[in-house]
Amino acid sequence: MATTVTPPVPGRRRRTPLARREARWAYVFLAPWIVGFLVFTAGPMVASLWLSFTEYDVINAPRWTGLDNYRQLVADPQVARSLGNTVYYTALHVPLVMLISLGLALLLKRVGRWQGFFRTVFYLPVMTPAVAVGILFLLLLNTQDGLINRGLALLGIDGPSWTTDPGWVMPGIVLMSLWSLGSTVIIYLAALQNVPRDLYEAADLDGAGAWARFRHVTLPMISGSLFFTLIVNTIASLQMFTEVYTMYFGNRQTQGSFNSDAASFYVIHLFQEAFQFLHMGFASAMAWLLFLIILIITAVQVKLSNRFVYYEGEDR
Amino acid sequence: MSRRLRATALAGVLTLALSGCGGVGGGGDSGGGDSKGSGALSTMGFGLSDEIAKTRVDAFKKDHPDVRLNITEGAFDEQQFLSAVASGNPPDLVYMDRKLIGTYAKRGSIQPLTDCVEKQQIDLGQYRQAAKDQVTLDGTVYGIPEFSQVRVLYLNEALLKQAGLTADDVNLADWASLPAVNTKLAKVSGGRLSRIGIDPKIPEFLPMWAKANGAEMISADGAKANLTDPKVVEALTTGVKLIQDQGGWGRFKSFRDTFDFFGAQNPLAKNQIAAWPMEEWFLNQAAKNSPKAELVVKPFVDRQGKPLTMSSGQAWVVTKGAKNPDAACAFVKQMTATDTWFAAAKARAEARKAANLPFTGVWTGNTAADKKIFDELYQPTGNKRFDDAVATIREAQDAAFAMPASPAGAEFDKAWTDAVNRVLSGQAQPAEALARAQQEATAALDKAAG
Repeated sequence: MATTVTPPVPGRRRRTPLARREARWAYVFLAPWIVGFLVFTAGPMVASLWLSFTEYDVINAPRWTGLDNYRQLVADPQVARSLGNTVYYTALHVPLVMLISLGLALLLKRVGRWQGFFRTVFYLPVMTPAVAVGILFLLLLNTQDGLINRGLALLGIDGPSWTTDPGWVMPGIVLMSLWSLGSTVIIYLAALQNVPRDLYEAADLDGAGAWARFRHVTLPMISGSLFFTLIVNTIASLQMFTEVYTMYFGNRQTQGSFNSDAASFYVIHLFQEAFQFLHMGFASAMAWLLFLIILIITAVQVKLSNRFVYYEGEDR
Repeated sequence: MSRRLRATALAGVLTLALSGCGGVGGGGDSGGGDSKGSGALSTMGFGLSDEIAKTRVDAFKKDHPDVRLNITEGAFDEQQFLSAVASGNPPDLVYMDRKLIGTYAKRGSIQPLTDCVEKQQIDLGQYRQAAKDQVTLDGTVYGIPEFSQVRVLYLNEALLKQAGLTADDVNLADWASLPAVNTKLAKVSGGRLSRIGIDPKIPEFLPMWAKANGAEMISADGAKANLTDPKVVEALTTGVKLIQDQGGWGRFKSFRDTFDFFGAQNPLAKNQIAAWPMEEWFLNQAAKNSPKAELVVKPFVDRQGKPLTMSSGQAWVVTKGAKNPDAACAFVKQMTATDTWFAAAKARAEARKAANLPFTGVWTGNTAADKKIFDELYQPTGNKRFDDAVATIREAQDAAFAMPASPAGAEFDKAWTDAVNRVLSGQAQPAEALARAQQEATAALDKAAG
């Protein structure tokens, strides 16, 4: 009597009781996150999507208005202005943070035994509460008596009106944002320290100079970190809120006395619509527009990363 | 990933938070039906930060032992309030800026107080008219007012003398004379402003300048914007010119932002400003920190020379869904009653005396209480400048107006302050900026009116 043996189907191997038990426990341990995600993220997202098609003032029941909020999004000049400001800020902030952080990380790598000290020094500002940073920079950027313009005056430069001249408000905010580049510096430093030394030695043997080593060894080897910070900083920039709100909108002393055209960021406008003007439905539509923008930008970045980012061990 | 999701679902998360955060909401059990009230009573937006608050709350507790008062201390926070309302667990009482009342009343988040006033026999006639205007929408009272901050004109007479001027020369009725006086008083050298001549205090005080010129920026019912009135445009033009003549908004504002009005190094003591309209509270600070300053306080006046001032303040409102409206009504009645205010003012006077500081009065928003405080409690300090200033402020209280309650107050305020800032930044001319603000405000007001 012939016996037939069923060959194992690749990928569908029967799991042992141990594996099943482990899987069950894995789900148990994952449950808090899954529940948290569903309740605090996915659920509200679905709710906000629904609210974006309604007129809702938080106090009374939502009223279905179809695409009205989205039509208003397109027509509202304040939305366009705040979005334009946010994109302008992102375009200035992200490359600057990446370049300066990389420069600082390269310097830090050479410091030697004092590296720990400087690493801490660079990271400390990240620990400063965002509200405090906003207030601090309002003082630093003061046209007449701020430290920044006083410093410029020493160089014979008549500093601009950082907080009141609409053309200088955004550069002032970008300047402020550099205060907290410490986390990007630390990420780059860690990446630089992981570049295998033998690659540099091989490049030396091939006669590569400092620039060639940086261009052909360092940059490819830290491209994963560069890509990560590009995405994270882009998203953070598009969400800019606390520092600017504190400086120009939330401080009782200064509220209403700054040019809100120049300092209006998208999320600040969203917050005002939601909680000050009680247009929560419209604010929800704004949130979904921002979601789509971030989604598209991130997708483009991921697509481009296939060409520029090198992951060690990856087949190319 | 979760970060991105959180960011993009901001409104959703906030909404969920609204429905989930009830920690600051009302108490568990409701009060009894008696007019004195009993049971739990919760408040939001109020704090026991000084003797004025503590004395009045203590008086209520003493007279209402059956009410368990739960005060969630802290300033009014829109998110906190809306969260509590959306979760169906609002506090019974909320203490908020009077200018917010119109919006919340229109949307039904706070209760009309008609029954409360009737049941508790609250005498609305005792409150100042300007304060009442701010808590009344479409003829219905939605709040019980507290405090009346008014604006008066402060002058540093020492600086006036240096410029060869007297207090009478700073005549706010004569707008044509102001630029010349301003130029004499201001100190600008090398593009640097080191002394402000006249600070018109715009954007904040534009409604007062407009009113002085005979224009209301919004209709009495708070429903129609009137920002394109030539008199509003003229008021803005006048204020902007005073600033431009002192080196422009950038220099002016950055210099003004360095002022510390609460310390010994205040701009009066440092001779950094010669003439400026400001809230009456600065007199307390000046009396405390610069008793020897050559301060003169005059009323802000309209173009006919008649005293005029803009009033603002707080109010108590009872929320829709309040679990203990009876106790809430009893509370607001007692908190704003003449005798309660008097007891609080007495505590303030004693505290000032103990600290060797002058007592310059309390402006309660209650006419009868103010009279009692100043007739029976207030003692002239002996410093003629400050005593005269107190008298001026007292008179100004009777000449106060307020921006009326509006169903879209926040959007209306944003529209005109944005307009002023556009002009100050050189982005637009006054008429053009106010025309745009008129459009924005009208759209918001029409939408709010439904």
